[in-house]
Amino acid sequence: MQSPTTIPRVQLDHIDATYVEDGVTLEALRDITFSVHDDEFVALVGPSGSGKSTLLDIISGLYAPVGGEITINGETLATPDRLGASSYMHQRDLLLPWRSALDNAALALEVHGVSRKEARRRALARFAEFGLEGFEDAWPAQLSGGMRQRVAFLRTVLAERPLLLLDEPFGALDALSRVVLQTWLLELWERERQAVLFVTHDVDEAVYMADRVIVLTARPGAITHIEQISLARPRAREMLTSETFHHHRVALLEALGLLNQPDGAQPAFGARVMA
Amino acid sequence: MSAMLQRWIWPFLLLGVFLVTWEIVVVVTDTPTWMLPKPTEVFTAFREDRQLLWRHTQVTLLEVVIGFGVALLAGVAIGIAIDSSRVLERALYPLIIASQTIPMVVLAPLLLIWFGYGLAPKIIVAALIAFFPITVSTVDGMRAADREVMAMLRSFGANGWTRFRLAKLPAALPSIFSGARIGIAVSVIAAVFGELVGASEGLGYLMARAAPQFLTARVFAAIFILSFMGVGLFAVISALERLLLPWRRYVSDRPSG
Repeated sequence: MQSPTTIPRVQLDHIDATYVEDGVTLEALRDITFSVHDDEFVALVGPSGSGKSTLLDIISGLYAPVGGEITINGETLATPDRLGASSYMHQRDLLLPWRSALDNAALALEVHGVSRKEARRRALARFAEFGLEGFEDAWPAQLSGGMRQRVAFLRTVLAERPLLLLDEPFGALDALSRVVLQTWLLELWERERQAVLFVTHDVDEAVYMADRVIVLTARPGAITHIEQISLARPRAREMLTSETFHHHRVALLEALGLLNQPDGAQPAFGARVMA
Repeated sequence: MSAMLQRWIWPFLLLGVFLVTWEIVVVVTDTPTWMLPKPTEVFTAFREDRQLLWRHTQVTLLEVVIGFGVALLAGVAIGIAIDSSRVLERALYPLIIASQTIPMVVLAPLLLIWFGYGLAPKIIVAALIAFFPITVSTVDGMRAADREVMAMLRSFGANGWTRFRLAKLPAALPSIFSGARIGIAVSVIAAVFGELVGASEGLGYLMARAAPQFLTARVFAAIFILSFMGVGLFAVISALERLLLPWRRYVSDRPSG
């Protein structure tokens, strides 16, 4: 998709990370190198403990790696300097219960110094697009899980950062809301075409959404496989049953060590990676 | 309106039953008024002494409101300070807890020596007693702020003040209100105690003067006023909480996230 001459939105070079548990230093990530360009939707899959979320924490500037360099928009930035350079969305919606849906959506803009009035105006302008019309004044506790997640998405998108970091954004939702929001996010992405780094442990979701799927191993997380997805854009739900989809899925499950299990059983459709 | 009625009918009904029983017991046992007045005699005292009672009520109310106000400002400020710095936490917290072990019985006469018979010693006692629950609840409230929310705000590039303003303080408000409700109730007790130790006005002073004269009905009238004052101030804090934190009514319907 991208031409090799463009500057990547984010470039990771030989990232190593550790974490301390009960006074023991453990390796979390080993020698992670990859990049995400504009117009690129990259998924990161791996078992629990493969350091997927740690990697997003590192890129966002919340966590310092012990080795390697991170370059955002062509600029190599040290750890605290990366804060605010990307839009980071966690698995939990993290809506503030004392703010209305509209004020929650406007939160990132307010942090970036936009006046409250202007932030609310910009959030309101996109409420219908996010399927939230009529819920501007609702408290988060009055919204369904799917709607809360849309508010969190709107908050993330309104920050207008060219790099989106999404940490299992559908992980807490029921299967039906998940499918609806996957399709909705793809439609949104077709319009925006931002650089997206999307963490999931659902192989099907990764193939369906991404241009490229990076597979991490567990403890320490290291890249074992990169799958270039050849499904056409825009994606459609029917592709889930296509030959190409199946081919990518098998390749990824193999990379994750989930095929050729002792009993020879094929993982069921919709299989997720469990540690 | 009917919701209001439903809310208040039960305490009033219970109070009515209590007063009627009291009246009957006093009449049946033929207890003298100076020992235990009948509720009807207390009401007579209310009517006859209303100017006297009102004058002293104003004094006590003033002491309570000022003392509580000082406690609220100091308690929230100290709570924020303790939450913001490990050094301040280690320095302040033990001293604040220790300050609560100083018996009021010892402290009040000392304050009397230092500040005289005026309002100051009562305000100080009320503030000293009330600031502790407010401080503790402020610290707890600040600590209850969601760590992931704080991380999210940092990832947006929010500085410490912005994180405090947008997340920490609002998250702590329900807890601060809980502390304030406890604080207002104990500050009424504290102000009256300050008056009992030495004063020239206030409901505590009035009771201290009336009891030796066997004006027991007047003592009971003062007690009733203090009860209403406590309940009333508590209700004011609760009403403020409902007004300022309208979202609280909807929380706990669904878990967040």
